[in-house]
Amino acid sequence: MLRYVTRRILEMFLALLGTSILVFLMIHLIPGDPALLVAGLEAGPEVVEQIRRELGLDQPLYIQYWSFLTDALRGDLGTSIRMNIPVLEEIVDRLPITLTIAVGGTILATLFGIVTGVLAAVHHNRFQDALVMVGALLAASTPSYWLGLMLMLVFSLSLGWLPSIGIRTPAHYVLPIVTLAGQSGGIISRMTRSAMLDVLGQDYVRAARARGQRERVVIARHALENALIPVISIVGLRFGNLLAGTVLVESVFAIPGVGRLLVDAVLWRDYPMIQGTMLFVAGVFVVVNTATDLLYGVVDPRIRVAGD
Amino acid sequence: MTVRSGALRRFFDSKIAVASALVILGFAVMAVFAPLLSPYGPLEQDLANNYGGPSPKHPLGTDELGRDTLSRLVHGSRVSLGIAVASVLIGVLVGAVLGLVAAYYRGLVDSIIMRTMDVLLALPGILLGIAIVVVLGNGVMNTVIAVAVFSVPTFARLVRGSALAILELDYIVASRAVGASAARILFGHVVPNSLTPLVVQSTLQLGSAILIASGLSFLGLGVQPPNPEWGAMLSKGRELVRSTPVAAFAPGMAITLVVLSFSLLGDGLRDAFDPKLKRR
Repeated sequence: MLRYVTRRILEMFLALLGTSILVFLMIHLIPGDPALLVAGLEAGPEVVEQIRRELGLDQPLYIQYWSFLTDALRGDLGTSIRMNIPVLEEIVDRLPITLTIAVGGTILATLFGIVTGVLAAVHHNRFQDALVMVGALLAASTPSYWLGLMLMLVFSLSLGWLPSIGIRTPAHYVLPIVTLAGQSGGIISRMTRSAMLDVLGQDYVRAARARGQRERVVIARHALENALIPVISIVGLRFGNLLAGTVLVESVFAIPGVGRLLVDAVLWRDYPMIQGTMLFVAGVFVVVNTATDLLYGVVDPRIRVAGD
Repeated sequence: MTVRSGALRRFFDSKIAVASALVILGFAVMAVFAPLLSPYGPLEQDLANNYGGPSPKHPLGTDELGRDTLSRLVHGSRVSLGIAVASVLIGVLVGAVLGLVAAYYRGLVDSIIMRTMDVLLALPGILLGIAIVVVLGNGVMNTVIAVAVFSVPTFARLVRGSALAILELDYIVASRAVGASAARILFGHVVPNSLTPLVVQSTLQLGSAILIASGLSFLGLGVQPPNPEWGAMLSKGRELVRSTPVAAFAPGMAITLVVLSFSLLGDGLRDAFDPKLKRR
């Protein structure tokens, strides 16, 4: 177990290191002078020179990277050009909205996926199964931003039940969360179904049935509990994806979250902000994925044995 | 030959696989004959009739500049499918070469290539796409590259995996022993034997490619208006939904249909080529 945990954590640091190098190199790979890019095209030559010195852009690349990394670890992600405020401050300000949507979306997708997946597996090869599979595949294939537009059309513009844009009241969260959950709900549903089918074909389930256990008990106690193990790993991976998915959903619903912050930063060429948000979201993504793997190892001893 | 014809028969036995292949064929025909099939030019404006609802002249309505949605949708299939196919092809080629090199030389080369692939895979697709657009700028070609970079690690892993398995086989070890060149072993033996999983994965990847490319374009970071790429057609989505719902509905439906068909087709191909893997 210890070796498994150590290896996964080592891999996590490797991925984080790689991500930071990628994000750092980004502004150096853009054709043109990085100091001019950071200063903005309107900046005069003195300002550009000052920024070059301040950011150490006159230093060798590896020294620049080292200070970029150590600054980031101390929580200094630079200063936004457009808003002239610390990047991290703005991210932290907007984080609660984005996290609420991402966590809400993950919970909804998980509930939807598990319920429909179990339903399909229990009614294997019957009408319910086909219905769930078509629905799940359709959900997994639908672009989230378009789903959002269509939900807005039906539930805000036509029926008037829910607000369409902005994020002022709890009701404002409903459509973005449903939108974000769509794709992942479909994926989790398919996963749950196939995991349940695997487990339902196992000897111990047949044995439980042979002992005369009621079907409800067989499904809930014997089958579902074991089928959920692989599902957990998917849920963890989905959370990271949903966090990145807020980039699209927040744009559809004009929500001032971290996802929209990144898109605006790209459109405004606010490079410190681009680097900061990207490092932040990618970092959370990598850490959550590692945590999921570790949790998976705790729940399923076979994994950590194989990992040793 | 018997294996292939068996696979072909299994493929045509699956109604879903055939149906999805037909849908994709339909979109491909639409893309090739776009100018003949669309009633108007994709950029033809009719400002007097902007935000028009469905009518006999404009079955799917018009957008904010009075452009015919149906004509844009038909022309957009060229861009959307073109980007998907081009990016996946680049992804397959680059990924396959990296995977082959990693598997053949092992050791340090393998580690460097595969750890880099791990980092790329560790990032969500849309984020990686945005990062590349930040560096290269927007536009059709750069969108292709952005989506290709997202595809490379998947194919590199796939090819490396099957190459490692094949390189262990006795007859390969024997031909290495008698001095066959790396190129001969890789392209004569390893590549032909990895083709089936590559075809299946490429088909599945085409769906993801369309989703990511259209997502970037929707955000205004990929293909730029007035180009009728399906995601870019929705970049003014909120205004469009308010005024001409059908014009907002159509491009998204096209994306969903194509993505769905690619994943059904990919599943169908996998089941046909490798019945052992067939899902219930």
